[in-house]
Amino acid sequence: MKLDRRQLLLGGAGTAAGLMFPGAGAMAQSPASIGTFPEGVSADSVFVGLTIPLTGVFSGDGGDLKLGYELAIAQINAGGEVAQKWGLKGKGVLGRQIRYKVSDTEGKPNLDVQSATQFIQRDKAIMVAGSVSSASAIALEELGSREKVLYMVGIAGSNDITGKNCQRYGFRSQQNAYMAAKALAPVVAKALGKNIKTAFLVPDYTYGHTVYDSFAKFSAEQGWQQVAKEVVPLGTTDYSSALLNIANSGADVFVNIAFGADAVASTKQAEQFGVLKRMKLVVPNLSSFQDKELGAEIMQGVYGSCDFWWGLQDRYALARTFVEGFVAQNKYYPRWGAHIGYMQTYLWALTVERANTFHPVELIKAMENSKSQPYDTTIGKVYYRAEDHQMVRPIPILRGKAPGAMTNPEDFYDIVEVVDGESVMNTPEFFGCKLGPYT
Amino acid sequence: MPSWPVLISQAFNGLALGALLALVSSGLTIILGTLGVLNFAHGALFAVGAYAAFVMLQYTQSFVLALVAGCGCMLALGFLLERLIIRFFYDRPHEDQILVTYGVGIVLVESLRAAFGGNAQRVPTPSWGQGATQLGFLIYPTYRLQLIAIIAMLLFGLYLVLYRTAMGLVVRAGIENPLMVGILGINVRRAFLAVFAIGVVAVGLAGMLYAPVVAVTPDMGANFMVQSFVVIVLGGLGSFPGAVVGGLIAGEIISLTSAFNSTYSEVTLYALMALLLVLRPQGLFGSEGRV
Repeated sequence: MKLDRRQLLLGGAGTAAGLMFPGAGAMAQSPASIGTFPEGVSADSVFVGLTIPLTGVFSGDGGDLKLGYELAIAQINAGGEVAQKWGLKGKGVLGRQIRYKVSDTEGKPNLDVQSATQFIQRDKAIMVAGSVSSASAIALEELGSREKVLYMVGIAGSNDITGKNCQRYGFRSQQNAYMAAKALAPVVAKALGKNIKTAFLVPDYTYGHTVYDSFAKFSAEQGWQQVAKEVVPLGTTDYSSALLNIANSGADVFVNIAFGADAVASTKQAEQFGVLKRMKLVVPNLSSFQDKELGAEIMQGVYGSCDFWWGLQDRYALARTFVEGFVAQNKYYPRWGAHIGYMQTYLWALTVERANTFHPVELIKAMENSKSQPYDTTIGKVYYRAEDHQMVRPIPILRGKAPGAMTNPEDFYDIVEVVDGESVMNTPEFFGCKLGPYT
Repeated sequence: MPSWPVLISQAFNGLALGALLALVSSGLTIILGTLGVLNFAHGALFAVGAYAAFVMLQYTQSFVLALVAGCGCMLALGFLLERLIIRFFYDRPHEDQILVTYGVGIVLVESLRAAFGGNAQRVPTPSWGQGATQLGFLIYPTYRLQLIAIIAMLLFGLYLVLYRTAMGLVVRAGIENPLMVGILGINVRRAFLAVFAIGVVAVGLAGMLYAPVVAVTPDMGANFMVQSFVVIVLGGLGSFPGAVVGGLIAGEIISLTSAFNSTYSEVTLYALMALLLVLRPQGLFGSEGRV
């Protein structure tokens, strides 16, 4: 590399300043004390607060998510072979053990904020993670940015999280609704045909609306035509009136956007209304346990996308260690809730070791620079996009297996395709993301 | 404007939905109307009923036998709750009754979660109720059609027990003046016990019959409890016929609003309830000063 005189002078001055004041480059922009740093970092441990719905409509996904966090924390604290495979050094993170507490937030954003506030103020949490609902994730992101404490988003598919509600202190590993829909629509159109009429069931909150907007857009690009759209409140128990309209809509495909227990109830009732006999079911974001809860009889042939399926262990070495470790500990195959908790915890720990500090601003910058140094993970190489903190990552597209084709009681899906993340990203400004200040 | 077939379909669905809401609310209104206890464990008991059906189905492999065995469980639970807790609260203010039943509800729901986990359990539609039936231009789930008949019979049976038997008379007299009923040599406490247990069986049975339709989770009763309160407010607090009519009205409002726009179905229901509370605070069948 050839350097001109001006660059040499600038570089020399910078080096001199760096030698005189170690860490001056970082400190010039980052205050020595911010959020819970350095107060929350003791000589031997740091505290992480987990806000997870263990009751309510999202409790199934929440329970899985919790086990994912716990597995990662146990592995990181032990500092064994698995943690080394991820690239971590020694026991814990930067030599500190991770202490944690779990708060049951019932999937209610106000309880998420209340719990996270307690974690931050009482326990001096250096990082907060959790949430199953997108509404909770948005509330926690805002809290994290206000309190200057890093928030690693849990399960949350709404575009708003890394779109109009994006925050400097929030990072999401799950694909947004746009990415999921753009990845799924062509695969489904290839399988089911181009000239298709669709009926949508949309839960009335941020997740439901953004998933609808994205899937309607990308399915229309495939030549699909919408003939019904039923918007129902979150936590609806009886979907009969909405399903009656869908049953009479003449649609070929039923796109069910309901999530968690709502997905189970609505799909069960759709089957009883004869909807699933006349229409193919497409689920833009599959819920963690809807396969088991509904059974393969109903789920066979269903197309959907998700964050992770355990069959990916055949493609990625770290996925295999994750699945094997999880099954050994919990006696069932992990769903994507567990995967998000597991991967997000490891990525945070890796970032801390890369930045060599728990300082939140330095961690944010390290994650924002991860494109140049991608993380090697359970789903291959990934990075967080600097402009909106959305992870650029591959997206698995699944199809429900027929009961006879299952090789074990939890072998519910075939992985039809793993779509490259770069090809389905929205532009960073598409959803109006404006990350706030660092300090 | 939706077409006539859509409106007629939704009107019919409103009837079916209303029947289910009436059954779900009946247990709440029986206990409130006869014993004067506002039972906030109603939603939890609904969930316990659904889980009872789930467990009994594993043992009996027959939906009907599971219902019978489940009713036995609910009856036993009703007796236990009344003897151990509720009987001490008949003379206490409503606030105390709400607090204690709310607490019972939490204990029941968390016990279900501890025993079965948070994921939905599968209760399949009984073999005799599978598939959908074509009714002219309307296709409707066979099981829901059967439920309308089953619920009609159950509600009529409950009405006879509570309003056309000596026991019902004793209970209603006991609520008005327990001392006088006691002086007449009648054991009113035993009648109270029976009524509470019947109320628990009614809500449990609603949970069992609804189990093949909804997601059976520990928290499944929460929404039903809210809807039950709306239904009994519409019909009149503590009025048994009111719960039936209130259920049907609620079902029709939800369904017919959905014919236009499903987004507004619940909002319309709550708006109507608010309007009714302004115009007729005692509800359609309630009487002022009762309960």
